[in-house]
Amino acid sequence: MLADKDRIFKNLYGQHDWGLDGARARGAWDGTKAILQRGRDALVNECKASGQRGRGGAGFPTGLKWSFMPKQVDRPHYLVVNADESEPGTCKDREIMRHDPHLLIEGCLIAGSAMAAHTCYIYVRGEFIRERERLEAAIAQAYDAKLIGKNNVHGYDFDVIVHHGAGAYICGEETALLESLEGKKGMPRLKPPFPANMGLYGCPTTVNNVETIAQVPDIMRRGAAWFAGIGRPNNTGTKLFCISGHVERPCNVEEAMSIPLRELIEHHAGGVRGGWGNLLAVIPGGSSMPLVPAGPDQADTLLMDFDGCIQKKSALGTAAVIVMDKSADIVKAMARISYFYKHESCGQCTPCREGMGWMWRVLERMAEGRAHKREIDTLWDVTKQIEGHTICAFGDGAAWPVQGLLRHFRPEIERRINEYTANPHPKPVSVAAE
Amino acid sequence: MSVRRLAEKQPQSFAFTSENLAWAKAQIAKYPEGRQRSAVIPILWRAQAQCGGWLPQKAIEATAELLGMPNIRVLEVATFYTMFNLSPVGRFHVQLCGTTPCMLRGAEDLKKVCRRMIGEENAVSADGAFSWTEVECLGACVNAPMVQINADFYEDLTADILTRIINDFSNGRAPKPGPQIDRINSAPVGGSTTLTDPALFAARGKT
Repeated sequence: MLADKDRIFKNLYGQHDWGLDGARARGAWDGTKAILQRGRDALVNECKASGQRGRGGAGFPTGLKWSFMPKQVDRPHYLVVNADESEPGTCKDREIMRHDPHLLIEGCLIAGSAMAAHTCYIYVRGEFIRERERLEAAIAQAYDAKLIGKNNVHGYDFDVIVHHGAGAYICGEETALLESLEGKKGMPRLKPPFPANMGLYGCPTTVNNVETIAQVPDIMRRGAAWFAGIGRPNNTGTKLFCISGHVERPCNVEEAMSIPLRELIEHHAGGVRGGWGNLLAVIPGGSSMPLVPAGPDQADTLLMDFDGCIQKKSALGTAAVIVMDKSADIVKAMARISYFYKHESCGQCTPCREGMGWMWRVLERMAEGRAHKREIDTLWDVTKQIEGHTICAFGDGAAWPVQGLLRHFRPEIERRINEYTANPHPKPVSVAAE
Repeated sequence: MSVRRLAEKQPQSFAFTSENLAWAKAQIAKYPEGRQRSAVIPILWRAQAQCGGWLPQKAIEATAELLGMPNIRVLEVATFYTMFNLSPVGRFHVQLCGTTPCMLRGAEDLKKVCRRMIGEENAVSADGAFSWTEVECLGACVNAPMVQINADFYEDLTADILTRIINDFSNGRAPKPGPQIDRINSAPVGGSTTLTDPALFAARGKT
């Protein structure tokens, strides 16, 4: 259990002043100049030593990502902050932007200096209108106080600019985000070239998640050893968890990495509705990740970190815990997730564009039992043909939840098919693509 | 993907107000020289607001001219991003989140309320006041189920509460945004389990 003094986001729930005075009282913008004076290499090394991994879903080591930026600065370098939070179940970056925006702005300055970037764009999802207004107000405060901008008190010229989208989940993918920022449709780019060499406007760019960047000032102030001391090796630090679905008291909470799932849910969210025994399944990392069913080898012993989730054939993703109790219609819930992916596919790659709608239609029928048992294998096969065969990871993220369902709830689908076929129906049962 | 086409009935003309034009120039200045195209989403958004919540073809073309872009490049942006409404919406446009976390906590009941009080999805009510549409995850999952009405989120809803909110709007009252039950933002109901140590906030005097 994380002690209050070790929390980074002290205004997570917005009970205190979000503005500059409040943020300073909570420790932000303290000694920032001295941090910047350590120099680029020292900052990257400190970040590497902390073991911080990206908080946006993929969990790539942050310091390593920064180190990919070219050493020579012959073109502008850009820092782009991904605030296009749209993964179903995830609502953590929103809290940072509206309640602790100065942590993010300070993090932008420090991270920017660690990659020789003098301009930072923060890409906020279109729906977060109030959050964007709050963030812009905080940035204006920082400019007024000369914390950022030209000739600021830190001696490192740095501009922070807020940009926004207009409702497209795919813009959370880093290269789609860059396309969108350049004023195009949000269609992911082929990699390589990687953004660190050719990103925004063809210049070296690093894209980081809001939570990742907002943690940076505390890592630099308190030291890498402090951050690395929380959680397990390779899974260090604190994390914002979003606990939603069938729990007594859904909430956001900052906790130590590697906290057991059961402890997380029971201590902070009041437990599963109807008690732990009433748990059906949990999605540990946002809708793109496979579900983990209840059971002694499964959800009961799940440790909430990168390695712990992999061990249960899922992934930590954004650490958005979606809980389903035994009253949930698991097939319908997954069909709804498939509908989400069908709706949000950018349409660039054929396996994804065609496959998403196909999976959704079959799952909708399976939810009613109006399917053939052999279609379960066909569906599995289709998920495997989508996974890894698209430009970006969207295809994987849409295939995995379906795979998770088939892996753990095949008997439930078969039961529904049996039930449906046991009763006479006037309409013939559709096959595959119908 | 979703199929999105321009509305059949289109106004004859569109021109940015001088205020919006000045605003657009300031947006363009946020990006490096020659990269004015980056401002296309914010400017389309402003055009949509000027047209009362939807984007006619003429507004798309005016944006293209302003940014020196071919019409098709702006049109494809307008049809790609789902927050651009290509046909008219009500003065109060309800975006109802129906994705799994909200569905698990009762978004289906909210859809029934919208159907009963406003009408069919994507249709504007007879008095022009309301329209509703089901959208994908709005990012307030621990406050599910929720809707967005114009710029604000209304969270922790039930069918009764949403009924009251829509009634309030139609009677000219402005309901309070945010959680609609006794709860502080995304903290658990009944009080926070963390951030309770007063030393955290007392250390530097001010909170």
